[in-house]
Amino acid sequence: MNTDPSLLQSLSPKETTGFDVRAKLREVDASMRAPAMLFLVSAVLWLLAGTVFALIAAIKATNPEFLSAQAWLTFGRVRTAHLNAMIYGWGNNVIFALAPWIMGRLSRARIRHTSILMVAGVFWNLAVTIGIIGILKGDMIAVEWLEMPAYVTPLVALSYALVGVWVIIAFRWRQTEHVYVSQWYLLAAFFWLPWLYTVAQIMLVFEPATGVVQSLTNWWFAHNVLGLWLTPVALATAYYLIPKVLGRPIHSYYLSVIGFWSLALFYNWAGVHHLIGGPVPAWLISAGTVASVMMVIPVIVVAVNHHLTVVGLHKQGWASPTIRFVVFGAINYTVVSLFGSAMALRHVNEVTHFTHFTVGHAHHGVYAFFTMIMFGGVYYMLPRLLAREWPNAFLIRVHWWMCAMGIVLMVVALQVGGWIQGLQMNALSEEGTPVYTFLQTVENTKPWLWARSISGLMLLIGHLAFAVNVGWILFSPKTEDQVTQPTLLTEAE
Amino acid sequence: MKSLPLIFLGVFFTLAFSWTGIVLTSHIQMRDLVPATPELVNADGEPIGGPTYRIRGRTVLGQNAELMPANPQPLVGIAKQGKQVYQDLGCLYCHSQQVRRAGFGADFERGWGNRQSVARDYIAMERVMLGTMRTGPDLANVGLRYSELWQHQHLYNPQITSPGSTMPPFAFLYEVQPISETRGPSPNAVEIPEQYHPGEGLEVVPSQRAKALVAYLMNLKQDYELPEMKFTE
Repeated sequence: MNTDPSLLQSLSPKETTGFDVRAKLREVDASMRAPAMLFLVSAVLWLLAGTVFALIAAIKATNPEFLSAQAWLTFGRVRTAHLNAMIYGWGNNVIFALAPWIMGRLSRARIRHTSILMVAGVFWNLAVTIGIIGILKGDMIAVEWLEMPAYVTPLVALSYALVGVWVIIAFRWRQTEHVYVSQWYLLAAFFWLPWLYTVAQIMLVFEPATGVVQSLTNWWFAHNVLGLWLTPVALATAYYLIPKVLGRPIHSYYLSVIGFWSLALFYNWAGVHHLIGGPVPAWLISAGTVASVMMVIPVIVVAVNHHLTVVGLHKQGWASPTIRFVVFGAINYTVVSLFGSAMALRHVNEVTHFTHFTVGHAHHGVYAFFTMIMFGGVYYMLPRLLAREWPNAFLIRVHWWMCAMGIVLMVVALQVGGWIQGLQMNALSEEGTPVYTFLQTVENTKPWLWARSISGLMLLIGHLAFAVNVGWILFSPKTEDQVTQPTLLTEAE
Repeated sequence: MKSLPLIFLGVFFTLAFSWTGIVLTSHIQMRDLVPATPELVNADGEPIGGPTYRIRGRTVLGQNAELMPANPQPLVGIAKQGKQVYQDLGCLYCHSQQVRRAGFGADFERGWGNRQSVARDYIAMERVMLGTMRTGPDLANVGLRYSELWQHQHLYNPQITSPGSTMPPFAFLYEVQPISETRGPSPNAVEIPEQYHPGEGLEVVPSQRAKALVAYLMNLKQDYELPEMKFTE
């Protein structure tokens, strides 16, 4: 190619058909092979461990006698082990596998000195393991999303820094002129998380702040782990994969810019909505509510941009495992965010606050949006790193159907049940006395919590299918030299 | 958007904005909060309406009226140890510790408090656990609602006091032991109804952790007025 690429072409990661570019990408793939495998296998193991913790906790929610004889298996600890295994075990490991790879590919810069990434991977997983054992044995810090004991903080910080540095270095050595939207999101995410974590550690663990400043810092941190870490990485992955797989550039550069900066500006104020009605300054609650509602802008912008990229190619998308998972995640980003904005309104919050509705919302965000996009990313990355195809389409189908149906069932059960729970908690008779006793409201949530346990079982089946397929592709022979095509879920057109 | 410095400055300032607003500003706003008596006086000893008053155009903190206890008071002794137990068992994930204002939810009507919780209620706590979930009831005033015996029975097996509850039993905080033949039943033994009793000749004795936890729960109460928040009726 002698002619310069047009602006539109440069913005799209699709333009990789040239031989030289392909060679470059091969080089990036080869450099990331070992660390990505380490992070990915760890991520899958944590995903399974987290699912088992989740199922135990879910069964306890309806049958409190279940596994109640030992302190380390009590609900409060198992539920917390579940959250930490999923966020810091599964979520961060899969990000550490995908993000440097995407950054390297988009920058056409191979990841250097990957042995440092390997060391970081070992340390990170050691930290999370010690942290979760600490939680189970009773050393947890009673701050939501920050429960891992203080003695793992140095290890967490160090190993995170070692990964983050390589993402930024890959960008620094970029050989491309244009910077694609995924790269903005990744750079921002890898810069935001250490800041959030440092402030949270100082103000909540080492020098705890006075009174409810702790609660405000807690929710500034916890909501931003979702908003400024998981969300930008998932969006970066979606922005990378949708055009790449479908062979069509992202619809609008300008929408991407608006989406990025409005997310950066509004998302980080939204966390205060977890304290609506609480003993914190009213102006902060109002600011949090405003920011939560303003999140409609980046969400709609991203939705329009993604939709207009995919439109007309639904059939091709349905055949690709990557696109199935990524588009499911992208659609749920829109839905869950609009729900989130609504839940920040005081009168909606009066019903949903303190109920299972919020639990449903959290799973909607972290699972139906973030995790599903990560699955899509893994389906795209592994064949390229290993130069072989997914060995079994049936297992991918099991994974897809169990996870998609399972998470829909979970969100519907928790949100319908939670909404009823909230209405019944607040319902007053004409004399001003509660219509339902507290125990009646508890009783009425039980059928919904049962449905949640069933959905958890479905997710476990899906995760097992995924894990088997990952193990299988790792040990199957190379298909590089054979005439093959990608593993598709339906007949290719 | 292709320059690293531009992106870097942008992402720096957006997060700095919320960090300043949410974390730093509230820290500055609340670091001067001190325990207070229901009545405050100005420098001349005259009662004032709120926590601050104005003198020569400046806003000044009032002082506590004499001979009245200043609240909130920090936890001491065994109750302080009990808070550790509450934290490490993860009680936070099902119980909040905040009473919302009348008319927002039904906190008053459920008897969870007779005034709204305010920021000053939490200043003496080393770890603030407002909570975000009410799988179980709010505990801001649980020390006013039940007896120690009720707490022990409820922790040993929640079904004793609250049939149908989904709270897990914390029987592992109790020792089931044979009643001593020489010394007779332990004075600490918890009375357990027959249906839930471990058996003839046995008794249920709280461990140190159970005693501490109950001491903490009995200490959870916002039973004082503050200049900025009086009881409702």
